Amino acid sequence: MDETHPRTLSSLPEHSAESPLSVHAMTVAYHRKPVLWDVDYDAPSGALIAIVGPNGAGKSTLIKACLGLVPRASGQVEFWGRPYTQVRSRIGYVPQRESVDWDFPVSALDVVCMGRYRKIGWCRPVGRSHRRAALACMERVGMAEYAHRQISQLSGGQQQRVFLARALAQEADLYFMDEPFAGVDAATETAIVDVLRELKALGKTAIVVHHDLQTVEEYFDELILLNMRVVAAGPVARVFTRENLQKTYGGRLTLLSEAAEAVARVGSQGG
Amino acid sequence: MLPGISLGIGVQLEPSQLEQLRSSALATAGDRLPTLEQIIETVTLRGGYNTNLVIAGTTLLGLAAGIIGVFALLRKRSLMTDALSHATLPGITIAFLTATALGFDGRSLPVLLLGATVSGVAGVLCIHAILRFSRLTEDAAIGIVLSVFFGAGIVGLSYIQANANTSSAGLNRFIYGQAATMRAGDVAIMGSIAGVSVVTTVLLLKEFALVCFNDAFAKVDGWPVGAIDLVMMGLVVLVTVAGLQAVGLILVVAMLIIPPVAARFWTERLWLLVVLAGVIGAASGYFGSVVSALLPRKPAGSVIVLTSGSIFAISFICAPARGVIATAIRRLRLRLRIAGDHLLERAHELHTSVLPASVVDELAQRRGWSRWLRTLVIWSLRRAGMVGSMTSNGLEVLRAGMARGARVSRNHALWKQYLISYADIAPSHVDWSVDQVEHVLSDALIAELEAELTAQGIAIPAVGSAGR
Amino acid sequence: MNGAIIQFDIGADLFPLLAGTFAAMGCGLLGNFLVLRRLSLMGDAISHSVLPGLVIAFLITSTRSPAVMFAGAAAAGIATVVLVELVKNLGRVEPGAAMGVVFSVFFALGVLLIERAAMRHIDLDADCVLHGQLETLVWYDAPDTLSGLLTWSTIDAVPRQVAVLAMMVVLAVMFISVFFKELRIAAFDPALATTLGFNATGMHYLLMVFVAAATVASFEAVGSILVIAMLVCPAATARLLTDRLLAQVVVSGVIAAVSSVGGYLAATSIPAAFGKDAVNAAGSMSVMAGGLLALAIIAAPRHGVISGWVRRRRLACAITVD
Repeated sequence: MDETHPRTLSSLPEHSAESPLSVHAMTVAYHRKPVLWDVDYDAPSGALIAIVGPNGAGKSTLIKACLGLVPRASGQVEFWGRPYTQVRSRIGYVPQRESVDWDFPVSALDVVCMGRYRKIGWCRPVGRSHRRAALACMERVGMAEYAHRQISQLSGGQQQRVFLARALAQEADLYFMDEPFAGVDAATETAIVDVLRELKALGKTAIVVHHDLQTVEEYFDELILLNMRVVAAGPVARVFTRENLQKTYGGRLTLLSEAAEAVARVGSQGG
Repeated sequence: MLPGISLGIGVQLEPSQLEQLRSSALATAGDRLPTLEQIIETVTLRGGYNTNLVIAGTTLLGLAAGIIGVFALLRKRSLMTDALSHATLPGITIAFLTATALGFDGRSLPVLLLGATVSGVAGVLCIHAILRFSRLTEDAAIGIVLSVFFGAGIVGLSYIQANANTSSAGLNRFIYGQAATMRAGDVAIMGSIAGVSVVTTVLLLKEFALVCFNDAFAKVDGWPVGAIDLVMMGLVVLVTVAGLQAVGLILVVAMLIIPPVAARFWTERLWLLVVLAGVIGAASGYFGSVVSALLPRKPAGSVIVLTSGSIFAISFICAPARGVIATAIRRLRLRLRIAGDHLLERAHELHTSVLPASVVDELAQRRGWSRWLRTLVIWSLRRAGMVGSMTSNGLEVLRAGMARGARVSRNHALWKQYLISYADIAPSHVDWSVDQVEHVLSDALIAELEAELTAQGIAIPAVGSAGR
Repeated sequence: MNGAIIQFDIGADLFPLLAGTFAAMGCGLLGNFLVLRRLSLMGDAISHSVLPGLVIAFLITSTRSPAVMFAGAAAAGIATVVLVELVKNLGRVEPGAAMGVVFSVFFALGVLLIERAAMRHIDLDADCVLHGQLETLVWYDAPDTLSGLLTWSTIDAVPRQVAVLAMMVVLAVMFISVFFKELRIAAFDPALATTLGFNATGMHYLLMVFVAAATVASFEAVGSILVIAMLVCPAATARLLTDRLLAQVVVSGVIAAVSSVGGYLAATSIPAAFGKDAVNAAGSMSVMAGGLLALAIIAAPRHGVISGWVRRRRLACAITVD
């Protein structure tokens, strides 16, 4: 798909192989309308990166297109300067909680073990060592005591933490997280933030779809403001400005009130 | 009616045969019950070679279908199997016509089943193509493929019946099935399919579970989701095609769908679900063909489906955690607890250990309790040692009840403040939410709320004194 | 043969054609609301599970009068809808599986009961439920010319099945025009419908009653397979051709009629051209409906594969130019 794109490689700017994620001129279209338009982004290594934007801005789509879950109309995505298929084992993923049926007949530990499947390999059962590793991941998100619960008996926040533990079990270097903070309780929010900081301390990178403007500065180092195009991207301190937020949210008439409120909130906090 | 009367299960009979059948049916005096001896013979597989073949065949088929059906259910593709089985019909007719035209025996089972497989798979591919290339939803795609392919099959059947030089060879049996015609070779096929299903499931249980639960994650993790799906679908195709002759294309779907759904009521463990579904499927297959062998004119396919249907009904009603009765009891308990909490909270608010009847009445009216529920609430509180008896002064609230009331009242206030400070929910909605949620707060969450609120400098209501 | 490519004989073909067309149009119109509410398979479920309703009604009353058959089938249809809802909601079973459980058990029961009926030497035919008996609607003393139809005796000659199906089309049209607003809201957003004061659940059941009625009215003449095809295919085709509901309903009616006439003529004429006997018309109509749908998927002006491809090329060019 991306190989057929008429742009030649030589016209692209040079990127260091160190960047865990480089997106070049990526466009994604669903049926008729483009959802993401000409996205260019290079993620710095070892940073916590937030993707922020209004509803329908294409935040989740950006992640999914990077991971090849939705087809790209054009553009290139590279991880550490290599195509996705070569570095799969270094990438972890936390999908949206609503994307699965939680009434599935498995326990929380079973779900976390799924993060180990790649290491276990085809046709072999989950061994004791992998089970222990999964349990350790559950401990890191404060879910060890719920390991043997059926997943439908967990609260929304606990389910989110199970997904996070599964991603940890993947032992990746780059994590994509789709709305991990959506609709979770305070304990889960703290647990996720702790894990994010832990990952950063280990030199890993996390790219997180985020919806809460209030906590962006507190939780993240880097910010991508997205509204179909990348409005602004870079260190939070530089990008997280009133003007950029207005550009991101203000363009959507239906969201004017929400944007005004958000900006006001940010203004009151910053001032 | 039509000249060639078709009697029941798609068996086309000539008038003379019909007469014969009628007289033999009269001779056996309809529903004559078998003797105990016959029953024991059949059940213990001593009812003769042919009977045993049928029993073995349907049991193995039930086992395989139950196991494979689990993954169709979990992948939410139950009805795709319906489309698949209907889509086999045109393949059967085309295979028959082609083989006949080429000078082979069109009735040869392998040829017909090959045709069935090809067109069944084509049907599934059509569903995927419709979903991929149009904005139609999955239900529409399934309905389209099912009806159009089956329509094509009907066209083919009618063409064969009207025009083919050879006899139509009872291709109709693939619609309704004729377990009684099973031969040793068929049973061997069933056996190998059951074996393949069991072995594949044991080997790939982990992979199947991953793809069924979260295909996007599986894909990102590098698993060939398409290939794993293909294996699962391939097994469904195998079972369906194998079941065509025995139970027919309409009812083979039931063998794939019902056992897993019934088994799901009893367990939350995937491997146990697979085992149970296999057992239910096998038991239905066994029972169905035994009954069909013992009673005249009871087609095996229908009895198999009705057996698994009964197992489903029992599971639906009686299963311990997910069954209707258990759910109803759980809901009533929760309701009683919430109602009891309201009563005790009221006692706490009024600082009285004797709740006058008028207060109880007023509460019952405000909360919309029926007389029945009111009696039940007081009864359950008394059983829990929260209240004493109803005297002329009113309902005596015991020490434990007062403590509980204080706790509930405190949770209530905690939650209310939490909502106001955090969730940006309009204060007018607060009370509504509290009633729903405070009763399910865990101790850990309450401790958290306290910590949060203290950190925010919000005053926490003191724990009420025990009342007295 | 007369050398003509299209074979049409008033006596043999007029009433079957009318019956098929009326059945197709009635189902096609109602199907719009099933497809929109993602209930396409409800038609499938209902048409399978009317079988025991028919047989039980027959076993109880020992008559095959249309009213009795209709009552039995309608009761079975409603029972299916209610049971599917129950299994889905109380048993937390996925909707598709819930439908599968209910209709297959019903169908198995129907087959078993037919056997019982057969034991009493009564012919109820499961085959005819599936693929109908259009071909039996022969008009023996039909006029030879079309002008000969313009007499009162034509009306007398109309078979009951055709009259019932015609009535069904009229009822379906009335139902849709009277409740169009409600159906549209209920299809679009049941929750909104409820807050606006429409009874979405009531609407749902009313629609199901009509689907069951259409199934029953159709099954005798055209068989349930055509019912399923016509409940889904024309509406799905129309949905690919237009974005407006009213237009979709009208277009689906036209498509239903076209596939029915086309399918019937194909069933009689194509085999005849090769010197063979006619094939099952109901099946042929389903195939024709499927063919029209395939055409729409490929060539629909806005939602088709071709236009999508063109659009993507343009988008790619636009990006390049950008």
